[in-house]
Amino acid sequence: MENITKRHPDFGAIENLPAAMGPEFAVDMYRRFAFAHHFENCAREVHAEGNITCLIYLSLGQESIPAGVSAGLAYLSPWVAGQHRGHSIYLCFGGRPIPLIDELLGMPSGCCGGMAGSPPIHDMENRIIGHIGLIGDQVPVSSGVALSNPEDQVVCFFGDGAAEEDYVLSALGFAASKKLNILFVCEDNDLSVLTPTETRRSWQVGDIAGSFGLECVDIADDPWLVGHWARELAGRPALMNVRTCRDVWHVGSGSDGAPEWNRRELTLQKVSELGLAAELAEIDRNTQRTVEKLWAQRLQIRSEN
Amino acid sequence: MGATVADTIRELTREHIDQNDGLVLGQCLTAVGWVQNTVPAQEHGIVELPMTDIAGAGIAVGAALTGRRPIFILRFQSLVWLNASPLVNHAAKAKTTFGYPCPLFIRASGDESNSMGPVHSGTHHAPFMYMPGLPVVAPMTPMEYRSIWKHFLEHDDPMFVSEHRISYKSDREMPDIIRSGASITLFSISATRFNAVEAVEVLEQKGIIANLVHVLWLKPFKIDDHTISALVDSGCGLVLDSGHEICGASRSIAYELTNMSGVKVRALALEDRSSGVASFCENLSPSSERIIEEINSMVAE
Repeated sequence: MENITKRHPDFGAIENLPAAMGPEFAVDMYRRFAFAHHFENCAREVHAEGNITCLIYLSLGQESIPAGVSAGLAYLSPWVAGQHRGHSIYLCFGGRPIPLIDELLGMPSGCCGGMAGSPPIHDMENRIIGHIGLIGDQVPVSSGVALSNPEDQVVCFFGDGAAEEDYVLSALGFAASKKLNILFVCEDNDLSVLTPTETRRSWQVGDIAGSFGLECVDIADDPWLVGHWARELAGRPALMNVRTCRDVWHVGSGSDGAPEWNRRELTLQKVSELGLAAELAEIDRNTQRTVEKLWAQRLQIRSEN
Repeated sequence: MGATVADTIRELTREHIDQNDGLVLGQCLTAVGWVQNTVPAQEHGIVELPMTDIAGAGIAVGAALTGRRPIFILRFQSLVWLNASPLVNHAAKAKTTFGYPCPLFIRASGDESNSMGPVHSGTHHAPFMYMPGLPVVAPMTPMEYRSIWKHFLEHDDPMFVSEHRISYKSDREMPDIIRSGASITLFSISATRFNAVEAVEVLEQKGIIANLVHVLWLKPFKIDDHTISALVDSGCGLVLDSGHEICGASRSIAYELTNMSGVKVRALALEDRSSGVASFCENLSPSSERIIEEINSMVAE
């Protein structure tokens, strides 16, 4: 029953948080959210049309988490390690969109030169470390980055399936033992491919991490809540388990139906309540136009070569 | 006695920590003996990893991504079967996949005899030769160790260093022996090199001249024209290794040498069975006696 309660869009909510965090956070967060969302919509469409041939792991439905973390920690310029479902993480933390589009389109100008496709994207100039494609590999690797750069903040994203890898759990223990400056963010969509968490394990990520000595919170993917806790937990070994909903297939552009909740709609409602609806609607329109133009340009360039 | 291989490794490590802000990572490094006296007895720059083999290698890989050129130490080379994934999938592929390097110095200490048993004995460099992006070396002398360390610092690839405990207390250099009138050319790898030197000396007393080439670079396999000419002149070759023979470094290099020279080159290495603790169960590097026996057989053909 406890797990069912946690699968709720208001899980962990803090009253009046959006107002308390102010309009600057809302606008910054929403710019990131909108860019990631429209980018992924375009990627989904281009894939569905057959113009992306690599395996694609879309982050639609989960954009609010990196939007909240990146807006919350922007002042720290953190190192970031994404997971295989990482387009939104890459974009929200400042990864350059054109090399990502080119990588998905299989062009030599892609961020991995056409070697990698969807999961291993990176932008080292913006401190975004590549994901090699093995589930959870980034957790010990980012712990090593934190070990060798003790003055810098490191953020490491992984999924609820990766949390079950033995080396992920070991790395969490290492980070706690060495008091590394790293924030782990578990994007918990409750699915490993299509197998739900309760079928796979009897324990909660936060409970295990907490027993290692990491400070932990378990919350839903409200971007204000995520941003708030990212700030609260920065500067020490900590973990956020964030309940979220994958909107599309594990791999590919199809859908199994409506998600448990739609975080984008819920976010737009909150924006309205803050009196920012008009401003953010314009950001939304401009972002959509910009992103669609970028995709069209890159598709055109690919077709000419 | 001059500086041993262990002295050399320890001093290079100390210099790396002090002068390059280097890091050393591994399990139980500061325990008894400081890994056969190859690690400087100090806290600064040395990270004791928990007993977590896959994560430990991943942490070392992460530490290598931002410029500190860490040394990752495996006290027993058998542990590489656990550690391998981050090394071959991330460190070895980072440069070609991402375009940025992962210069990680992987020290893997081989051993045999000493009742090491079925798991912890032997060398396991061959599986790492299989994966692209990871140079593999097997230094057995102080000068060789200095040369591969210099190479590591001057390049940005990771490096798999197949060490052997038999070499740690040795201060000798082992130059190649190439002579006119040789009946065979030996190419020797890792601990077998010490046995090969003995075998060549014994054979010489019996009137059989053998060339002996010490193989430091397993991958890329480096050999000059002079050595190939010596192989051709001797008429046959034999590659010796302290790893297993089937699918191992010895057969792989023998194949390369045959292709390069047109001369028949065979392999001699560990038998296809697990080593045991009791002396009669051990599976050791080819002894000088076994090498001599094989050479006699080949020369007789």
